[in-house]
Amino acid sequence: MAFMFSAGFAVAGVAIAAAPVDVPDTMAERVKACVVCHGPEDRMGRDAYYPRIAGKPEGYIFNQLRNFRDGRRYYRPMTLLLANVSDRYLLEMAAYFSALEQPYPPPERTALSSNESKLAQKLINQGDPSRKIPACVECHGKALMGTAPFIPGLLGLPRVYLIAQFGAWRSGGLLRGQTPDCMSEIAKELTTDETNAIAAWLAAQSVPEKTGAAANLPVEMARRCESLFHRNDAP
Amino acid sequence: MKRALIAASIACLTAMGLSFELIGAPSAEKGAAAKKEVTAEKAVSSAQRQSRGAYLAQAGNCMGCHTAQGGRLYAGGRSLSTPFGTFVTPNITPDKATGIGHWTEQDFWKALHEGKSRDGRPLYPSFPYTEYTKITREDSDAIFAHLQTLAPVAQHNPPSKINFPYNFQPLLSLWRAIYFKPGVYQPDTAKSHEWNRGAYLVQGLGHCNACHAQRNPLGAVGDDTLGGGQIMGSNWYAPSLTSSQEAGSAGWPIEEITQLLTTGISPQSATSGPMADVVRQSLQHLSKEDALAMANYLKSLPETSPRVRAAAPVVTGQVKNWFQRGAKLYEKHCQDCHGDSGQGAPGIYPPLAGNRGVTMTPPVNAVRSVLNGGYPPSTAGNPRPYGMPPFAQVLRDDEVAQVLSYIRNAWGNHASLVTTDQVDRSREGSH
Repeated sequence: MAFMFSAGFAVAGVAIAAAPVDVPDTMAERVKACVVCHGPEDRMGRDAYYPRIAGKPEGYIFNQLRNFRDGRRYYRPMTLLLANVSDRYLLEMAAYFSALEQPYPPPERTALSSNESKLAQKLINQGDPSRKIPACVECHGKALMGTAPFIPGLLGLPRVYLIAQFGAWRSGGLLRGQTPDCMSEIAKELTTDETNAIAAWLAAQSVPEKTGAAANLPVEMARRCESLFHRNDAP
Repeated sequence: MKRALIAASIACLTAMGLSFELIGAPSAEKGAAAKKEVTAEKAVSSAQRQSRGAYLAQAGNCMGCHTAQGGRLYAGGRSLSTPFGTFVTPNITPDKATGIGHWTEQDFWKALHEGKSRDGRPLYPSFPYTEYTKITREDSDAIFAHLQTLAPVAQHNPPSKINFPYNFQPLLSLWRAIYFKPGVYQPDTAKSHEWNRGAYLVQGLGHCNACHAQRNPLGAVGDDTLGGGQIMGSNWYAPSLTSSQEAGSAGWPIEEITQLLTTGISPQSATSGPMADVVRQSLQHLSKEDALAMANYLKSLPETSPRVRAAAPVVTGQVKNWFQRGAKLYEKHCQDCHGDSGQGAPGIYPPLAGNRGVTMTPPVNAVRSVLNGGYPPSTAGNPRPYGMPPFAQVLRDDEVAQVLSYIRNAWGNHASLVTTDQVDRSREGSH
């Protein structure tokens, strides 16, 4: 990963006759490098799964971008893409995508037995205090549309994506090295049957219109998920 | 004689007067005030030295290597992989147990100037003392003073893993005897102050030659100063700064050179990869005078011919077919930003027609740019750069080869074809 010394290359050219390309001075133009993968819909690419990022909470997107850049969330193409982008610019990109309104996909048809459905709803609305598993709604909002600015919504996401995220949290891959790592602890407590049921149930819900992210995180959860709010002093 | 006597007595009297005043100061108050003044002066000069040191440390991009990805500044832990082994950069914060808290400015000078550790052990030239030796004692002391003001970070870094036989110390001493000549930069009196300042920054503190030169199998740079070379342990080629076929700047307006160095982008070019790191971490913080001095010096470098000249292919039916496919891909994926004649948008999307970064041999940088994309650095002069999308997940190896072969031979460009193998080799390169 590391390169040997500090230097590299510059590409250079000479002036030529054709009129320069007209480039709009907009954020949409500036994030072309992002939307080549992150389109209006989640999709499976050749090497990875590219989630849609429109409408996710600003702070959530910002944290992911910083974590990719600084190697705490590991995915090499994102790290290389963002290597020299400042925090301020990342925040601007996050704000752009967060404000982007794109229609959500229709709910997935998932085969869920009534027992599985009950299990999912119990965990989502009540959690399991005996295993220190909080209800999903505590952090992700009563409407499950997230809590501003750091917690993402859980609706409008494909089942496979949710399952993959649970897997990533379980292996500690999303917020590596940051403690307390609340979601990782929770994912490790949940069984595969439980995460499958939750993912299937969530994916089958339609996204409520005009319901945005919740405003505040409960104090207890804010403490438990403290690492979300940390800033680091990386260059 | 008489005059000399008078001069001597005046000097004597002055000295006596001074000492009378000092010794015979009637009140303690006056003494305390004088003492205070001296202390204040010292504090000012030491603060000045520290801030000068902070500036110089940035100009030398010490933090570039001495900070791990996402890690604490100057706490080290960055791995540099080379054919000789993996070097892990040390913690240079003033932590006494894990950093350089016990060091003196003399120790620091010995490292920079002589390439020796505090205990006298010779250092490996992955630490660019072959360039840093040109730094003046004054600058060395200032950088040390700055580093000592940092918050100590207690961080143990894993040891470097140096391969046999390079871990055999006498070999290192032999290497040093052959390839290392310690010595502070000596100004060329025939040249201007500005030129000399630029030379000092490029050759010494900025250690440009650490990347922009070919290393021999023993990791040493010969006389081929700034002649370009593959960056060790990476898939980047640092172009020659002396050849007009590569990144030589003799033909450039001086403003465009300073613009590229300090903002990361110029009307005709953009920095990427390791050079983008250098611009963000270091060069964008240069004072106007220093940036100009560097640009002047770089522009003045005598022209050399590139090591490998790109040979345009003979256009056979097969090659034509390859270009046609490349042209189609260009139209679909590249033209929107880089234009139908490769004209680009100056200062935003680099032109590809006449672009030396595109036609250079080896083509690794162009291959990497297509595969990985990237944003030029966010700098004060260009805080919101436009980016290049990665295409590694969109195009197959043969498609990348086709589009690049086309670009390298369109709109007046002439360069060798890019092969599918070359693209494949770049897919898994380290940064």
